[in-house]
Amino acid sequence: MDNIKIICKKELAAFFGSPVGYIVLVVFASLTSWFFASTFFLSNQSDLRTLFDVTPMVFTFYVPAITMGLVARERQSGTLEFLTTLPLSDLQIIFGKYLAALILIKIGLAFTLVHAFTLFMVGQHIDVGALIMGYFGLVLVGAMYSAIGVFCSSITNNQIVSFIVSFVIVFFFFILEKSLVLVPGWLAGILQFLSVDYHLNNISRGVLDTRNLIYFGSVIAFFLLLSTRILEMRKWK
Amino acid sequence: MIRVENLTKDYGPVRAVNGISFEIKEGEILGFLGPNGAGKSTTLKVLTSYLAPTSGNVFFQDMNILDHSMEIRKQIGYLPELNPLYYEMSVYDFLQFVATTRGIKGSAFTQRLGKVVELCGLKGVVQKQIGELSKGYKQRVGLAQAIFHDPKILILDEPSTGLDPNQIVEIRELIKNLGKKKTLIMSSHILQEVQATADRMVIINKGQIVANGTTEELMTSFKGKTVLTMELVNANEDSIRKIAPTVSDVTVGKISNDKGLITAQFEYPNSTDPRKDIFAYAIKNQWTILEMSRKKVSLEDVFRVLTVEGGANG
Repeated sequence: MDNIKIICKKELAAFFGSPVGYIVLVVFASLTSWFFASTFFLSNQSDLRTLFDVTPMVFTFYVPAITMGLVARERQSGTLEFLTTLPLSDLQIIFGKYLAALILIKIGLAFTLVHAFTLFMVGQHIDVGALIMGYFGLVLVGAMYSAIGVFCSSITNNQIVSFIVSFVIVFFFFILEKSLVLVPGWLAGILQFLSVDYHLNNISRGVLDTRNLIYFGSVIAFFLLLSTRILEMRKWK
Repeated sequence: MIRVENLTKDYGPVRAVNGISFEIKEGEILGFLGPNGAGKSTTLKVLTSYLAPTSGNVFFQDMNILDHSMEIRKQIGYLPELNPLYYEMSVYDFLQFVATTRGIKGSAFTQRLGKVVELCGLKGVVQKQIGELSKGYKQRVGLAQAIFHDPKILILDEPSTGLDPNQIVEIRELIKNLGKKKTLIMSSHILQEVQATADRMVIINKGQIVANGTTEELMTSFKGKTVLTMELVNANEDSIRKIAPTVSDVTVGKISNDKGLITAQFEYPNSTDPRKDIFAYAIKNQWTILEMSRKKVSLEDVFRVLTVEGGANG
C-alpha cells in the first residue's frame, strides 16, 4: 500500500510540475461550466442535470489527457526500466498511477462544486440525494475511463497515440447507448449492458443496483489487470 | 555471490545473449566489456530483474532471480544505460522518492542524504531540477540513486557514456571508491576504462563470452600470444629457462615442478610457430615430453574493436 502511495504522489507531483496539467484542468473546468451555465438559468430547474449529462462527454477528452503520459512517458524516457527495477511490483506501479488519475478526476470534479454552490444560493427545494448520486456516478465513470486510459498509456511510448487510442475506446463506451437504434434488437440488449450511459442513468436516478456497480468494477479491474500484464510482457521469454 | 548459468536471451528471433556463464565473488569489481550490441546491457537487464532470461539461471547467494526478484532487487543498486531520470523533479525530490521505495524515511533519509551528497559530489545542486543539470551531474544523480540504500551489489551500465574526459576521470574515481566495499558490476565498451577500475573482466562479443579472467591476465593475452604448455620429465628448470636465447621469440612463462613432473609454459607471438625448434631443443637436452598443448589466444579482433572505439570516445 505504501508503495502505491509513493507512485501516486510522484505522478501527482509530475502532473502539477508542468503547465500542461494546469491547462488541462482549466479547460475541463471551463468546458463543464460553459455547458452548464449556458442553460442553467433558462431551464429554471433546481438541479445539476445538465452538468451530470455533459460531464461524461467532457471526460472523454479530459481523462485521456490526464492518463496519456502515465506509463507512455516512462517508456519514452527510459525511466520505466529504472522504475521497474526498484523493489516495486508491476501491480503496485499500475495501481499507483491509476490512483493518481482518480485523484485528478476528483480535483476536476471539485471545480464543478462551484455550480452546486450557485444552485444552493439561487435554488429552492434542492434534492441533495440526487446531487450526491450524480457526483457518485461521475466518479464511477471517471474511474472507469481512467482504467482505460492507464491501459492505453501502457501499450505505447507515444503520448499522442495513447491519447487517441484511449479517446476512441472511451468514446465507444460513451456512444454505445446513443447508437442502439442502429443495431438489430438481439444485439441491442448486449450493447446496452456494455454502455456507460445505461449504468450511469440508473445511478443518477438514485437507484444503486449492484449490477451497475459490478459493471464499473469489472471494467476497471479488467483494464488495470490488462495494463499490469502489458507491463509484465517485457518478462516474456 | 552472483552466479550466471547458461544465460540465453532472445528478442523475438534475435539472440542477444547466447548461453553465457560467469561468477562474481563478493567484494569484486567486475568489468563487463564488449563492443556495442554484444549483449552487455541485456545481461545486466536480466540481472536486475527487468527482463527474464529465455533460458538459463541467475543466482544471487543461491536465490534464483525469478523466484526471489523482490528480495534481490532490494540488495541491488542499478544505474541503467543512458541514465534515465525524472527531469522534472528536483534532485532532492528524486532521491526522496527513491529512498521511500527503499523504505528509508524521516531522519534516516536526512542522514543518508548528507552522506550520499558528499560521496557523489552533489553539494549545491540538491534543490535544482534534474533537467537543468549538466551531463556529469546527471550521472552523479544516477549514481546517488543507485547507492542511496547502501546496496551490497552495484550494477552500473556504461556509467561514463557521454561524459567529457574530466568527468570520466571523476566518475571512475568515484566508482573505484564505491567498489572498495561492494560487489560491483560495470559494463563498458571501452577497454581502458575497465582496465583502470576492474579486478576482473568478462569480455563478451555477439552474445558469447570470449574471455574471462583477471585484468592482468587478459591484458597479456590481448597482445596476441600463443601459450604452449608442456609436461616434461627428466628436465630441470635451468635448462628450460635457457631456451629463451636459443630459440628466438620464445619467452618462458610459469614453471611448476610436481615430484619430477615439470609443467612449463612457453609463450610466443601468434605470427611465429617455433614448435619445431622447441622440440629440437627438448631432444638436445634429453627431456621426455609427455604432453605438448597449444592455446591460441584469439582476442585480437575484439581487442581492436574495443580499443578503436575507446580511442574514438575518449
